[in-house]
Amino acid sequence: MSLAFRVEKRDQGSALFRSLTIIASVLVALFVAGFLLLAAGVNPATAYLEILREALGSTYGISETLVKATPLIITGLAVSVAFRMQIWNIGAEGQIYMGACGATGVALFSGLDAPLMLPAMFAAAFFAGGLWASVAGLLRARWQVNEVIVTLLMNYIAILLADYLIYGPWKNPDGYNFPLTAQFVDAARLTEYFNTRLHSGFFIALFCALAVYLLMERTIWGYQIKAIGSNPAAARYAGMKTGLAIFLVLALSGAIAGIAGFSEVAGLQHRLQHGLSPGYGYTAIIIAWLARRSALGVIIVSLLMGILLVGGDSLQLSWQLPVAFAYAFQGLILFFLLAGDFFINFRLRWVKEDADA
Amino acid sequence: MPKLLQLQHIRKTFPGVVALDDVSFSIAEGEIHTLLGENGAGKSTLMNVLTGFYAPDSGSLLLDGQPVRFSSPRDSLALGIGMVHQHFMLVAAHSVLENILVALQGVPLFFPRRQLRSRIEQTIAEFGIELELDTPVWQLSIGAQQWIELIKLLMRDCRLLILDEPTAVLTPQEADKLFQVLQRLKQQGKSIIFISHKMREVMEISDRVTILKKGSSVTTLEAGEFNQNKLATLMIGGDRIPEWQKSLPFSDELVLEIENLAVRNDRGLADLDNFNLQLKKGEILGIAGIAGNGQKALAEALTGLTKVESGRVLANGEDITRSCARSSYIAGIAHIPEDRKAIGIAPDLSLDENLILKNFRAKRFRHGVFQSRSAIRNNAIEKVDQFAIKAGPQGSPVRLLSGGNIQKVIIARELSEQPTVLVALYPTRGLDIGSAEYVHKVIAEGAGNGMSTILISEDLDELYKICDRIAVIFRGRLIGYADPTSSSREEIGLMMSGEVSA
Repeated sequence: MSLAFRVEKRDQGSALFRSLTIIASVLVALFVAGFLLLAAGVNPATAYLEILREALGSTYGISETLVKATPLIITGLAVSVAFRMQIWNIGAEGQIYMGACGATGVALFSGLDAPLMLPAMFAAAFFAGGLWASVAGLLRARWQVNEVIVTLLMNYIAILLADYLIYGPWKNPDGYNFPLTAQFVDAARLTEYFNTRLHSGFFIALFCALAVYLLMERTIWGYQIKAIGSNPAAARYAGMKTGLAIFLVLALSGAIAGIAGFSEVAGLQHRLQHGLSPGYGYTAIIIAWLARRSALGVIIVSLLMGILLVGGDSLQLSWQLPVAFAYAFQGLILFFLLAGDFFINFRLRWVKEDADA
Repeated sequence: MPKLLQLQHIRKTFPGVVALDDVSFSIAEGEIHTLLGENGAGKSTLMNVLTGFYAPDSGSLLLDGQPVRFSSPRDSLALGIGMVHQHFMLVAAHSVLENILVALQGVPLFFPRRQLRSRIEQTIAEFGIELELDTPVWQLSIGAQQWIELIKLLMRDCRLLILDEPTAVLTPQEADKLFQVLQRLKQQGKSIIFISHKMREVMEISDRVTILKKGSSVTTLEAGEFNQNKLATLMIGGDRIPEWQKSLPFSDELVLEIENLAVRNDRGLADLDNFNLQLKKGEILGIAGIAGNGQKALAEALTGLTKVESGRVLANGEDITRSCARSSYIAGIAHIPEDRKAIGIAPDLSLDENLILKNFRAKRFRHGVFQSRSAIRNNAIEKVDQFAIKAGPQGSPVRLLSGGNIQKVIIARELSEQPTVLVALYPTRGLDIGSAEYVHKVIAEGAGNGMSTILISEDLDELYKICDRIAVIFRGRLIGYADPTSSSREEIGLMMSGEVSA
């Protein structure tokens, strides 16, 4: 007799079961990350408490968490829209940069005044991000070029393009040669609240979530996106123009990510600078997965990620842990989440087998 | 006769479904044993248990009286159990010989090609099969490809051959040839499990018949104990069969005329070549032909899924091949596709959403760009009731429904906009008798209301039963029309192999 296990398909678990696997994935990731902390000579329990205290224990902490969550919500939504159609936009990072460049260009050179400045910056960011992603959309829709590769590679181009601008033509003439653009005029800045860095970009993010929810769940466009995502052949058979839809959805996804670039430069940094996004566009992929591509889910997960980023900063200060720890933790969560997916669809069953079978 | 294989109290469950429940039957040496059952009765699951794809939850398999346990198809093949699947496992670019060699066991690294070749040729000659060993597989007809699968099993000295609906891809003449071969194999002491829906074949060839119904074996009958009616009754059990009347005589008004239509496939080969067809109002026109002779291209050209190379399609006398009117006319053509799960449904969307897949833009389902949820729900309630769809919990993905119910969802959707023309590809393939009768009823009722149907089927019985005329297609050309009331099966069979042109 030998003992072996067999993989069996199981019913799609209940919503509760699926939520539980998500929570379990996060807990297991916390547990494994604990060993990393131990290896660094830090008590994990103390560190986790410190993260929570730092991120939620004060008005400042909460405001910082919301500030970090803002670009995550917007890019998470951007990515999830495309994911619903089984289109993998890995290029939100580059689209943030392009959005930021668009907004900055308007802020620095348009000379517009208060009521028009911000809308113009918003529109420029929206179009710049959308245009950037539509390159991948066109290639995919017209010639079946894999959008994963194109969007990913275009990230590097976008980041270097932004660098070129701030090291070159857009560099602040009065900036002692630092790679920064000039500070934006007040008309090009979003409102800030409570004497903190919390800015109205957060409310733009919430508004985006509502818009994406309505688009996906209530409109005939969202219906087509879901139908194409579920079965492109059936969608084509039913008369949907799948190529056009792929192009438009990638463009929309990029445009939404562009809004995140606008929100960052107009709300937070008030200039274009190197390292504008510390990988929000990549974190967005994790967020969209964790959120199961739902708009409300994106908000919740983004807030959790915000806590992690703010708390992670405090780990740096208190224990001199590298910032890489926060990213390692994100990676672990995604890893266990994907493993969790497997257990949603399958179960392992131990079976006894005759040795002479 | 000694028992070759016994299945005892086999039970196999899948999440939420009992696929097989206490199934027992046995196969004697030198016996042709037919497995009969509606779709979903558990035939495929049972065969998958037999060939080692699935392990049963409980129950036992006895081979020559010894208990055996398969953990993969390799194990069952090693013990001489082989299967010809409905979808062939062949490498299209390779020759017949190469495809057979791949299946051989215990071939040395530097294999004696000439010796193996003569062995294969011997087997082919022994059964009087016509097969050229050096032809690449893609050039062969589907029927010839099936021979390769069979020869693969013979070369491996399989004692038990399982054939899953082998005649689906054959002309009546080819089927007769297959039956001769099977009879010879039986005389050699081989055992055969034969799966089919076609009653006539079952009557012709079976020594014993086991009927499966809803996952359990109803009964096993010896030859002489059964006739077609008895088998059908046992298969359906107490299920209600919808009643319908064959449609009234159709009018002479032409709704659709196809002239010299040519369609090429991805490889640039002609799927349809100089094809002509005339469809009259209220007519049910059957298209008979062996699978792969251009039926799919015809359906796709009519429904706008494939580019037309040359030729014309006239609707009510107006050329719509390339005009702008085409797309709007196509919108009026309902299409029941061949592969319903692959292109008929969006599997992750709900029943409600799938029912509006084609007409989601209709005014009644939306307010501006927003979908009207209540209208979509009411539409679903209406269709579920009208087409007797067994729907799951509201909002659950449509892929969880059974094949028959998915087919009903597609039919309900396609007929909901009162089409003038219905193009149906194998609409009853894989359906249980109740559902299949239901589909026939819907088509006949549609014809009564003036809808014209092009019914593409490989089942001559079905075509005889429901069609007003039968057109025969061979290698992308129309061979001729036959009248189901006067033409014999043999005449149509000959036309299907392209030999006679009427």
